[in-house]
Formats: sequence, structure tokens, C-alpha cells
Amino acid sequence: MSTNPPTNGQMAPLKAKDFATDQDVRWCPGCGDYSILKQVQTVFADLALDKDKVAVISGIGCSSRFPYYMETYGMHSIHGRAPAFATGLKIANPDLSVWVVTGDGDGFSIGGNHLMHALRRNINIKILVFNNQIYGLTKGQYSPTSELMKRTKSTPMGSIDYPVNPGAFALGAHASFVARSMDRDPKHLKEMLHRCHEHAGTTFLEIYQNCNIFNDGAFFAFTEKDTKEDNCLFLEHDQPLIFGSEKSKGIRLNGMKPQVVDLAAGKFNQDDLWVHDEKDIFKATLLSHFFDDPRENGALPRPFGVIYASERPTYENMLEAQITEAEDGGADLDALIAGPTTWEIK
Amino acid sequence: MSNPTIQEEVTIKFAGDSGDGMQLTGGLFTDNTALTGSDLATYPDFPAEIRAPAGTLPGVSGFQIHFGSVQIFTPGDEYDVLVVMNAAALKTNLRALKTSGTIIVNTDGFDKKNLRLAKYPDDENPLENGSLQGYEVIPIPITKLTRECLAESSLSTKEQDRCKNMFVLGFLYWRYSRDMDETLKYLNSKFSRKPDILQANVSVLKAGYHFGETTETYSARYAVKAAPLEPGVYRGIMGNEALVMGLITASKKSKLPLFYGSYPITPASDILHGLASYKKFGVKTFQAEDEIAAVCSAIGASYGGNLAITGTSGPGLALKTEAIGLAMMLELPLVIVNVQRGGPSTGLPTKTEQSDLLQAMYGRNGESPVPVIAAKSPGDCFFTAIEACRIAIQHMTPVILLSDGYIANSAEPWKFPKASDIPEIEVTFKKANPDEVFEPYQRNEKLARPWAIPGTPGLAHRIGGLEKEAVTGNVSYDPANHEYMVKTREARIEIIADYLPLQKVEAGPDQGDLLIIGWGSTYGAIASVTKSLLARGKSVAHTHLRHIKPFPKNLGELLKKFDKILVPELNNGQLAKLLRDKYMVQVYQYNKIQGMPISKSELEHAVLQLLD
Ligand code: SF4
Repeated sequence: MSTNPPTNGQMAPLKAKDFATDQDVRWCPGCGDYSILKQVQTVFADLALDKDKVAVISGIGCSSRFPYYMETYGMHSIHGRAPAFATGLKIANPDLSVWVVTGDGDGFSIGGNHLMHALRRNINIKILVFNNQIYGLTKGQYSPTSELMKRTKSTPMGSIDYPVNPGAFALGAHASFVARSMDRDPKHLKEMLHRCHEHAGTTFLEIYQNCNIFNDGAFFAFTEKDTKEDNCLFLEHDQPLIFGSEKSKGIRLNGMKPQVVDLAAGKFNQDDLWVHDEKDIFKATLLSHFFDDPRENGALPRPFGVIYASERPTYENMLEAQITEAEDGGADLDALIAGPTTWEIK
Repeated sequence: MSNPTIQEEVTIKFAGDSGDGMQLTGGLFTDNTALTGSDLATYPDFPAEIRAPAGTLPGVSGFQIHFGSVQIFTPGDEYDVLVVMNAAALKTNLRALKTSGTIIVNTDGFDKKNLRLAKYPDDENPLENGSLQGYEVIPIPITKLTRECLAESSLSTKEQDRCKNMFVLGFLYWRYSRDMDETLKYLNSKFSRKPDILQANVSVLKAGYHFGETTETYSARYAVKAAPLEPGVYRGIMGNEALVMGLITASKKSKLPLFYGSYPITPASDILHGLASYKKFGVKTFQAEDEIAAVCSAIGASYGGNLAITGTSGPGLALKTEAIGLAMMLELPLVIVNVQRGGPSTGLPTKTEQSDLLQAMYGRNGESPVPVIAAKSPGDCFFTAIEACRIAIQHMTPVILLSDGYIANSAEPWKFPKASDIPEIEVTFKKANPDEVFEPYQRNEKLARPWAIPGTPGLAHRIGGLEKEAVTGNVSYDPANHEYMVKTREARIEIIADYLPLQKVEAGPDQGDLLIIGWGSTYGAIASVTKSLLARGKSVAHTHLRHIKPFPKNLGELLKKFDKILVPELNNGQLAKLLRDKYMVQVYQYNKIQGMPISKSELEHAVLQLLD
């Protein structure tokens, strides 16, 4: 199973293929997962990660086959529970770089509870959510992120199940890092993966992923050339919120209300715009609710990039600190077994 | 002072409102009894509700202790002495008081309101209507005397009333000719920062003792001598406490950090509390968001090379099912502690039962063999915990350890071992070998695969819940390979029996009329019945199973040596089913499913009937 590895990246620069396994990749041809796999392998190579110090943990679903294709340690676990396995692994061995791969069904439906708690605990694991707004592996039922009235095999008259907003969910769970990217923008995706790696704490990266078999084009409004610029708002820290094909549109805050303004019209200029601040939880919360259907008139653009990033102590570091504090003074096993009171029978 | 009457054994039940401190009173009386050298067994009887309304029947909390100058196996069937703090306590406990037994009664707990809450008919007071005729009743206005004793104290009436359990304790110390020094020491350390409360407790404790002295005229004094226990140093032990110490000992003996992932559940939560307080031993406890995350985090920690444990009770085991199946498939060490309680469903959370045996054996999808072992007594939890860890590590498998609510919370004197007497547990983590290709599912002579933990240079590999190809561990849908792997997983659990001691008869002949075979907490009842029937010349033997999956290798042979086999269980016949299935033998059952341990007398009765 394991090919004999080069010891680490110090000899020659690593390549993406150094993180590829000998297993045939089994996703459908054209699936967005291929691009994500490629970018992850590329970034791990760029970062010169020691593959023996990386573990990729997944749940169940198309995306969760991911660990089989990564030449690192890995576990393909059970449905929805990957964050819990990753938590135990990271606590046991804080030196590992632990990545969780999950999908919209695995992460928000059966595993919603674990995702929420991993995020609030801020254990240093990297969570990648491949969102394709459909159940792929079970062949095409609507998922928790599918849009209202979506017709699928299990919703012949259209879904009446209101969709979850992943970014708002993550912020609501007090995630210390929330970002969004897409399979069809390799450059942006790689940048976001780098950011995840750098952040000390749980990172939540939602990746729009095209399922060309059961939900083809779900994100075309954001990913395809002719509509992308008008529908996507690429966030950069300390920069004003500008989007549109001619960079002609911006977002200003009218009180608490975000408003799209036309920079060409003359009434507003760049200085009037909302400046992105990754560390501002209030602004991040507003941004996470930029969740309009792009086909609607006057829809706010969908934010991509780092919506929120603010470090705080990680769970495993706090646990280690408590143990170190408690260990001070030593521990005697015989004293433990004897307890406070003993008596002798002669 | 008259010489005390010597008694061989005594059973006392303390009963009162949940707020009356009966568990503490019972616990302190137990510690004090242990120091006299008597043998003992205890059994707490918790109310189902955390704080049922004061004075009501569901609010009654009880604590039973059986002690003697002879070997004591059970907390006793019927009580010699019943201590009741209020009317509800009398009503719920009177039925198990021996004919002509003694009732020590707080008469202040029998006012109109208390009687009404205890649902006595209007204008009827059991203390006055003659219904207690035939019992020795010792009426004491305990609340009133406590308040009088604390008249000078700065405590509020409510705080004063909280001391009344000390009066009871003091009175019993006098009645059983006890020394109070250890209790005074305990109070001093417990209330060292609250001098008012310390003073009050000490005064009331002494007042109770002196009340005994001054009213000696109508109450006799007793003493119970030391029991012929094996010489050595002893401590008192409860099952959950012993599990905590056993797990920590296994961690030290295997030199693996201990990880405990758990979600609070009665009656297993004390294991989480206990381990969380021993961080100084490097213990990492993780209170997960649910039972599933608890076991999954433990599997993650095991993958990472820790000694990983998860603890729960029946409904929690049901939730962990799928993950245990994964651990079985991943072939990683993991111990799942199930402190059983009354089921099914939410069942009887505070009561005891042995009804999760079949769940432990079979409660997973697919062919999913997992070793099952059971603790038989509070002290035995220590050794069973170590044994579970040893099997898990050396055979690379999840192991289910069964305890129950009775063992978890009852106490006994325990001749504890020295740490140095416990054998080391050998652990071998796989290291890369330049001359070989690493195969994650290559097996050793135990059919165990290597433990290759992330971070080890050169061993990067993937594992998962999909069926895997033999040796390589690659995903495989090959039909013949699947059957081979199913058979191999079964064989590797059965092979554990090669490393287990043979099953022995605990008491009685090696062959004869009747073999009583038990597992878990029925140990005390079976041992005491066997002992008494052997003394009467009956051909009865007792054997007790620690290992249920796999069974010890000689068990089938042993069963054949007896004309009849009886399995007493706190369930509807689960071990009996397993024995019939495996050995095709006729098995008689004695089943009690009332949330309570089996009593000596009822089992003895059943055995005698079978022997006729
Ligand atoms: S079903 Fe969809 S998500 Fe799954 S592999 Fe095929 S294209 Fe990809």
C-alpha cells in the first residue's frame, strides 16, 4: 500500500505527485473533486510538509474517499464523525498536521453536531467541506445545502427543506477561521489552503464543488467566466469590497445594511466602501449572510476568501498546559492505589 | 457501662430524604466499620430523581451495609436495623426489615405534612397505630435534639438541620461500640475552612453518641468483631473508583498516555470525574458532545498511539455501535467500559442490571466479533480494567468491559496490590524497515496487525471501514477475500483464548450434582450460597466467568462434569443463551430483573429446589 517514500522534502523540492498514492482515483470523470485533490497535493508539496506527519481524516461520501488518494497517514471513518476522530488524534499527537475532509451531507447533516463542537473548541484541525449541494454517493438526493424547491429523487415535487448557510453556521459555532473557495479557481483555492495551514486553530474552508453527475452547474454562476465577476466578491484583508467585471461595483455599509453601489455613477467612490477586516466578527457575520440567489434581482455578491480569522488558544494547547500544571509535583501509582485511608489486618 | 452483646453479622439500612445525607452517613459508617476489621459489603439505593420534592416517596435515598466477623459476600437480604429519617423512608423500606428487627426513627419526620407526603391515610401515624408491633422501635426526636444541641451556634435552622445525619451516625457509633477518631479527622479536613460548620457537625456527632450513653436503659449495645480476612493492608473500594485506578495503572504499565473520551451518563459518569481529577498521571479526558463523538475521539487517539478508553452505560453503548464496528475493522486497541443499568431504552438509570451482555456480544452490523470481559466485584474492577487494556493492546482490538450499577457504587474492603506486582504490558509500535514493504494488515502469531502510528517515518498508510484486502489493507470488493477476512477477524478473537487462564471452580468439587456459573456482579450472592450449601454437605460448585468472548478453552469440559448447570443472572437469561449456543448443554436459569441484586436467600431457595 505504501510506496517507499523519499525521507522528506529536504533533498529536492516536493511535487504534487509525491502526495499521490498508487490507488486509482475513482471519482466520476469531470468531478470537481479532482481539482481539489490536485490543489491540496500541490499546496502540501509547496509547504514541504513531511507526509509522515500529516493525517487526513474523512467521513462518508464521495469527497470522503480523499484519504485513499493522499500519500500521508489517513482514515476513512464513518458517516459524519470525522471531526471527532480528528479531535482524538490531534489530542493524542499534537505534532501532526490533521486535515478533515467532509461534504455537505456528511458535515452538515449527519455530522452537524460534531462540526459545530469542533469549531467552538478550536482544536487545531483543518476542515475542508466539499459543498456540491447534493448527495452524490447515494445517487442524487437533495442535501442540507440544496436550494429550496430543488427536484431530486427524494423530492419529486421540490424540496421544502430550507438550506443551511455554511458560513453563518461556522461563525455561529464560534469558528476562529471561516473561508470560502471553489474547485474551478485553483489559484484561489491554493491560497486558501495556505491560509488554513497558517492558522493555529480550527479552520473551516467551504469549497464549492461541482458534481457533474447529479447537480451539474450548481455553482456555475460563481465559477464560469461570463458570470463569475458579477456574482463573486473576492475578499482581501484591509481592502475595500469591490467586484464586477469592470471592478465597477462596491459594497458600502448604510448603517447596518450592506448596499451595492455603482462606482462608475459618480455618487460614491472607493473611500465610501466597506473595508474588509478579517478580525471583525460583526462585519464577518454580515458577510456570512451574503447568501442571495445570484439569479435574483439586486442580489448581493457571494463572498470568497477569508471571511473571518482571529486566533485564540487551541484546545490541545490548553489541555497540555493543564496536564503540565497537574504533573508538577509528580504522581505515585502506589499512593493512588492505596488511597487516603488504609488499615492492616494481621 | 454494660458489656456489649457480640453479634456475628448485622445488616443496617439508612433511609431518609435525598437531602438528609444518608449516602454520606452510610459511607462514613462503612469506613469506620472497615477499620474494625470486620468484612463488609454495601449497596446504595439512589432515588431516580436528582431532587424529588422533600418528604415524598420518590425522594427516598437509602444506603445498606452488611458487616460481620465472618466473610461477607453481599450487602444482605433483610435488614436487622432500619434507620428512618421520615415517614416516606419508613414506608418504602419496612418490607425488607427482619421480623423483630430494630427501627431507629426520627420522630420529627412524622408530622402531618410528612405523613401526607408519604401517602399515609389521614390521621394515621404508623408510629402510633400499633402497626410496628413486633419490632423494636427506638424513637428519637433527632431534628429537635440537633437544633437544641446547636442552639448557641450561628448556623441558620436550615444549616442546623443538615447536621442531623451526624446525630444518627453518633448514635450508631455508640450502639456498635465504635471509636470516632477517624470520622473526626475526616470532618476536620472536610470543613477546615468552615469552622462553624465543623464545630456544628462535631457537636451533633458527639450528642448522638452521648444520647446513646444516657438512654442506655432502653437500648442495648452491640459489637461485631474482626473477620478472618487474609492478613495484609486494606482499603475501602467502589467499582468505578477501581476502574479509574485500573485504567491509570494500565497506562503506566504500558507506558502509553491514557485518553478517556466520554459523555456523561448514569452510572458511568464517576469514571469521567475520577480520571479528570488525575491529570497528574498524564490522563487526558475529553468530555465529548455525544456518545458517538466520545468513542470516535477515542478511536482517533488510539490511532495516534494512546491507550484509548471510552466509558458509558447501555443506551450509550447502543449509540457507539457503528464506531465500535469501525474499530473492529481498523483493528485498533480500544476499551469500551459499559457500566450497565436497567434497560431497555432509558430504562432504570439508577438501578442495576446485566442485560447488555447480548448487546456487547452481537450489537453491531455485519460479522463483528469483539472480546467481552466482566468484573465481578468492586475490587475486581481494578484487575479487569488492566486485563481489558492488555487484551486490547496485545491483540489490536476493541474490548468491551462490563460492570454494572451495583458494582460501580457498592463498597468492600480491598487488599490492594503493590504497583510493582502488576506485570508490564508490552507495546510494540511498528517501525519502518528498509528491507521490507510495510503492509498494514500483515499479521503476527496472534493474528494481530502492526500498530503503526501517524508520525512514524516511512509508514504513511490509509485505513478505513471499507472491506480490505488481506495483508495490504487496500480497499477490496473481492468476494473470496471478504469471506476470508470475516473468518480471519473471528479467528483472531478466538485465538485470545490461547492466552487466557483456564476456567477454575471457585468453590466446591470439580465434578458433582450442580455447577452454578455466573458472571459479573452476581458473584457475591453465588459465593455465599455455595459456601452455605457446601457446609450443609451439598454437591454444589461455583465458577465465575471473567472472559465471555472468547470463553476460556476448557469451559465446555468443565460444564460436562456436572449433572446440572444453573446460571443466575440479572436479566432474562443472556449468558444461559450463549452457553446453550456454544456448548449445546442444558442450562437452568435463575433470573431477577427488578433493578436489584440477587439476594442470598432467594438464590439459595432456587438452588435447593433444583437439587431436589
Ligand atoms: S457523484 Fe458527483 S460528487 Fe460524486 S464522484 Fe461523481 S461527480 Fe463527483
